[in-house]
Amino acid sequence: MKFTLFHLMPYADLDLNEAAQYPTAWVHTPNRLYDPQKGARLYNRYLDELELGEQLGFDGVAVNEHHQTAYGIMPSPIVTAAALARRTRTAKIAILGSAIPLRNHPLTLAEEHAMIDNITEGRLITGFVRGIGAEYHAWGTNPVFSHERFHEAHDLIIAAWTRPGPFRWSRKHYHFEYVNLWPRPYQQPHPPIWIPSQGSTETIEWAADPSRRYTYLQTFSPLKAVRKYLEQYRETAARKGWTASDDKLGWAIPVYVADTDEQARREAKPHFENFRNRFLKMPIEMLLPPGYSSIESMRGIAKAKAQITGDITLEIAVEMGMFFCGSVATVREQIGAAWQDMRVGHMLPMLQFGTLPAELTEANIRRFAGEVIPYLRRLTASTAASTTAPASTPTSASSNTASRPAA
Amino acid sequence: MSFTSRQVSIAGSTLHYRIAGPEGAPTLLFLHGAGGADSALGVLATFADRWRVIVPDHPGFGASADPEWLDTIHDAAYAYLDFLEALDLRQVHLVGSSLGGWLAMEIAVRDASRLSRLTLIAAAGIRPGDIPTGDLFMWSPEERVRNTIADPLLAEKILALPQTPEQAEVALRNHFTTAKLCWEPRFFDPHLDKWLHRLRLPVQVIWGEQDRLFPLQLGRKLAALIPAARFDVMPGCGHVPTVENPALLSALLREFQGSTP
Repeated sequence: MKFTLFHLMPYADLDLNEAAQYPTAWVHTPNRLYDPQKGARLYNRYLDELELGEQLGFDGVAVNEHHQTAYGIMPSPIVTAAALARRTRTAKIAILGSAIPLRNHPLTLAEEHAMIDNITEGRLITGFVRGIGAEYHAWGTNPVFSHERFHEAHDLIIAAWTRPGPFRWSRKHYHFEYVNLWPRPYQQPHPPIWIPSQGSTETIEWAADPSRRYTYLQTFSPLKAVRKYLEQYRETAARKGWTASDDKLGWAIPVYVADTDEQARREAKPHFENFRNRFLKMPIEMLLPPGYSSIESMRGIAKAKAQITGDITLEIAVEMGMFFCGSVATVREQIGAAWQDMRVGHMLPMLQFGTLPAELTEANIRRFAGEVIPYLRRLTASTAASTTAPASTPTSASSNTASRPAA
Repeated sequence: MSFTSRQVSIAGSTLHYRIAGPEGAPTLLFLHGAGGADSALGVLATFADRWRVIVPDHPGFGASADPEWLDTIHDAAYAYLDFLEALDLRQVHLVGSSLGGWLAMEIAVRDASRLSRLTLIAAAGIRPGDIPTGDLFMWSPEERVRNTIADPLLAEKILALPQTPEQAEVALRNHFTTAKLCWEPRFFDPHLDKWLHRLRLPVQVIWGEQDRLFPLQLGRKLAALIPAARFDVMPGCGHVPTVENPALLSALLREFQGSTP
C-alpha cells in the first residue's frame, strides 16, 4: 500500500456567521469574504503541510481543482503542484485532477503537466476529472457537453503527449492546426493517470478499458460504496481481459488520529462537520446542472438529494466509513481491515479538512505518518508474503516494503 | 377546437407537432419556450377558428426526437426552415415565446420568405449587457414557477397541480435541451443583434411588465434593435403571458394581425 497525502486547501478562515447568509459556500458566497492576508497565510501553511508529508514518509502529495468556492482555494492545481515541484525531492506529485472539460484550450494542460513532469524528473501523477456540477455554473461551460468535452480533451492531451508533432486536431469541440508539444513529458509514454470518481459505471468502464488501465480513485464515499466500486473496477477489468493489480485502485478519505477515540472525535467534530455541512453543501441545482449527469441518473434525483443536501454528523460519517477518526489503534485496525478486504493499493488520507487548524493538522499528519503508515506497510508486506494473494496482488503489494522506494 | 398530433421527419429526426383549424386558413406557427408547448395550447386553441394553428415540439423537447445534429440554437433554426418547406407553409404568422422567441428571430434573420409577420413574447436571444436577468438553471423547479409567474396566487395554483410521471420525464428532457441550447452564452447569441435589421417584416414585441427572468428593460432593448417593431407591455404579467393573461395576449395578437397586411 502506498500513501499519498491529499489536500483540498479550504478557506478555513471563512467567517461562518457571515457565510451562513448564503445557502452554499460555492459560486454565490461573495468574494469579499475572502481576506487576502488570511488567504496568503493559508496557502503557505497548506503547502508546508504537504511538504511535511514528504519529510515524514508519504509516497506522494496530492492537490485538486475547484472554482469559486471556500471549499478549496485551488482553482489551478497547476500552481500548487508547481510550487511543490521544487520544494519536494522524492514524493510523487498527484494532480487529482485537472478539470479538463472546463478548458477551451486543453493543450495548455498538456503543456503544464508536461512541464511539471520535466521539472520533477518524472514525479508527476496526472489526474483527469470533469469537475463537479458547481464548476459548470462557476465557469460557464455547458454541462450538457461535459462528457463529450472530457473525452475529447483527454484524447487530445494523450495524443499531444504521445504522437509525433506537429499534427492537426479537429474534432467536435477542439480545433488546432498545429499540435506539437514542447516539452514532451519526462515519463514515457506519459505520466501515470488516475481517475478520481464518486462511483459511476461509465467512468469505471472507461478507466478500466485495456487501452487505458487508469488507476481508479474512489473519493469521499461510504465504505460500502468504496468496496462496491473498487470491486466493480476489478470485475470490469477481468471482463475486458486483464487483471487489475492493487495499484490500479485508490481511495481518498478524511482521517483524524489522536491519543484516544474520545479525543479524536472531540477535536475533529466541529471541523469535520464544517467540511461536510458548510463547505461541501450545495443545492441540487448547483450540484447536478442539466446534462452533467445523464437523464437516467437524474431520475433518481430524490435519492441523491437526500444524500447530498442533508447534514451529516461526525458520528454518522464514522459509522458509514466515510471518515476514519480515532486513536492510533482504531485507525490502524479500520484501515487494516479495509485493506484486507479490498486490497486497495493507494490510500489517500485527507488530514486537513474544513476548519481544522494548523496545530491539530500537523499533529494529525505526524501521528498518521509516524504510527499508522509504518504499521500498514508492515501489515501489507507481511500479508502479501505469507498468504496466497489473488493473482493480481503480489507485485504491487510486495514492492510496498517499509521504506519508500526512491523516485 | 382540439389539436391533432402529427409528426414529420426533419433532417432524419422525428419532429412532433400539433395542428388545429381549417385547412387553407392562414398559418399561425407557435414556437414554445423552455417549459414546452403544453401551457400555451389553451390560448392558441382560441385562434383555430380562423387560423391554421401549428404548435411543434422543438427538437429535443416534448414528443420530438433528440437528434444527433442538435448542438446549438442555430441547428434548431435550420431545422425549422426545413419544417416550413416540408409542410410548404407560406405567409406564416410566426409567434415565439421566450426560448421560442429567440428561435423565431434566428429563423427570420436567415430566411423570412415564408413569413408574413413575427410576434416575440418575452423573447430570449439578445445580449443582456448590464440588465440583470434571472438564472433559470440555478432555480429549483418550484422557484422557476414562482419567479416566472407574477401573481403569487396563480403560482400556488400551478404548483398544486399534480404532475404525472410522463410529464416529469418530459420536463426533465425539456430542461436538458434548454441547457444544451441556452447555457452558454446564457440565453443569447452574441452575433444576433448584428443581423436584426434583416427583420423587415412587421414585428410585434410583447413583454410582461413584471418579468423577473428577462426584465422589461430587455424587451425595450430588443424592440429598439428591430426596425419598426411595435412594443406591447402587459401590465401585472410575468414571463409567461400565455398562462398569466391569455385574454390580453390574445387581444394583442389579434390587434397586430388586424393592423398588418
